Parts: sequence; C-alpha cells; structure tokens
Amino acid sequence: MLRQRFMLVWVALIAATCLSFWLGGGHRAPVREAAVSVAVLAVAFVKIRLVGLYFMELKNAPLVLRAIFEGYVVLVAGTVITLYLAA
Amino acid sequence: MWVFLFGDLTLFAVFFVLYLAYRAKERDLFLVAQQNLNPGAGFVNTLLLLTSSLFVVLAMRDIRRLRPRAATRMIAAAFLGGLGFVIVKFFEYRSELTHGFVPDINDFAACYYLLTGFHLFHLVLGMGVLVFLSTRARLPRLTARQLAVVEGGACFWHLVDLLWIILFPLLYLAK
Repeated sequence: MLRQRFMLVWVALIAATCLSFWLGGGHRAPVREAAVSVAVLAVAFVKIRLVGLYFMELKNAPLVLRAIFEGYVVLVAGTVITLYLAA
Repeated sequence: MWVFLFGDLTLFAVFFVLYLAYRAKERDLFLVAQQNLNPGAGFVNTLLLLTSSLFVVLAMRDIRRLRPRAATRMIAAAFLGGLGFVIVKFFEYRSELTHGFVPDINDFAACYYLLTGFHLFHLVLGMGVLVFLSTRARLPRLTARQLAVVEGGACFWHLVDLLWIILFPLLYLAK
C-alpha cells in the first residue's frame, strides 16, 4: 500500500508535521528563533503544495489550474515569510 | 468549483497578511500572548486533518473503482477525523477562555479567534459536504456530472486541511 504515491505523500506530510512541531516547540536564542520559524513556515508551504498536487489531484489537472495553484503557493509563501522577517 | 476554492484561498491569504501586519505593530505582545496557545492541540489537529484527507483520497479511489461500500466507510473515517478536530478545538477554546484568554483581551487573541473560528466554520461546512459525499458514494455508479460534483466536494475537504496546515505554524509555532 505504501507504494501508492498518495500514501507516501501522507507519510511525508505526517513526518514534516512532527518535524515542525519538534522544531517549533521550546525557546531558543532570538537569532536561531527566526531561522527556525522561517523553516517551519517554509515546510508548511511545501506541505500545502503536496496536498494540492497529490490530494486535490492538481498534478493531473489542466495546466492553467496547476499554474494558478503553484503561483498561489509561491506568492503567499514569499509574502508571509517576507512579512514575518520584516517584523 | 475551482473559482470558489481559489476565492477562498485568496481570502485566507489576505487574512494571513493582515495577521502579520498586526504582528509587526505589536511584536512583543504577540510573542507573549502566543504562550496562551496549546501547540500540542494544534499538532494533534493537524495529524487528524491530514489523516482525514487521506481517507477522502482513498474514498475517491473506491468511488472510481465502483466500490460503494468501501468508499462509504472511508468517508465515515474522514468524518470522524473532522469530528475529532472539533472536539479537540472545543476543549482548547474552553481551556483558553476559562484562563481569561478571551477574544477582546488583545489583538493577538482577536486574530487567533477570528482565523481559527473562520477555519472551524469551513470545517463544519466540510463535514456537511462529507455527509453529502457519503450519499453519493452509496450509488452503484455515478454519472460524469455527479463524479465532478463529488470531486469538487473532496477538494473542499482538502482545502480545509490545507488552510490549517498554514494556520498551525503561523499562529502556534512561528515566534
């Protein structure tokens, strides 16, 4: 069953969630805090791309739909991480 | 359906930007107020929604393979994932409110309750969509139009998952 691509994607999503929770918990020095927070946010956007492509089946959708979604992920990820760092 | 989904995604993107704009103005307050949240609850809810989404993927596979009974079971499992999220969120809200972390105490609390509340509204709508999908999954064979509607409903459930994937680190983890 693990050979099914969506099962692998689910395992990757769960692993990424555990990693983010582990990284995001606790307190660190401010400089390292910012780097960890950016990493946790970046991982979230990789995760939503996986959900879009493999769960919402955009990988096999018409190119325009996929392009809009990929554009959304890049634009929102860039904006969120830039605004986070600007604060 | 995709017009609606992308519209919703855009609306939430605006909310994320507004949240970060408020955070930029009161960074120290946001850092302190964030400590009222329970990241463990957010983590469990992320796992619940990811697994629930997987069950919807499996249900769609069963529907296409003309296995209505298996598909119905998968949708029921997905629904339970959503119900689990609601239960965790209920206890989380209750604990926060009883500790005085009420929506109008500061801007972080207002943003938190607005964003998670709006997401919860989507989730409850999504659970209604899952009930509808379950009635469709019972049919021995779907027309192309019915299948397209079911695929749209499944995508709405994944959208609920996708939005939480961003909200969890944004509100609970990023410091």
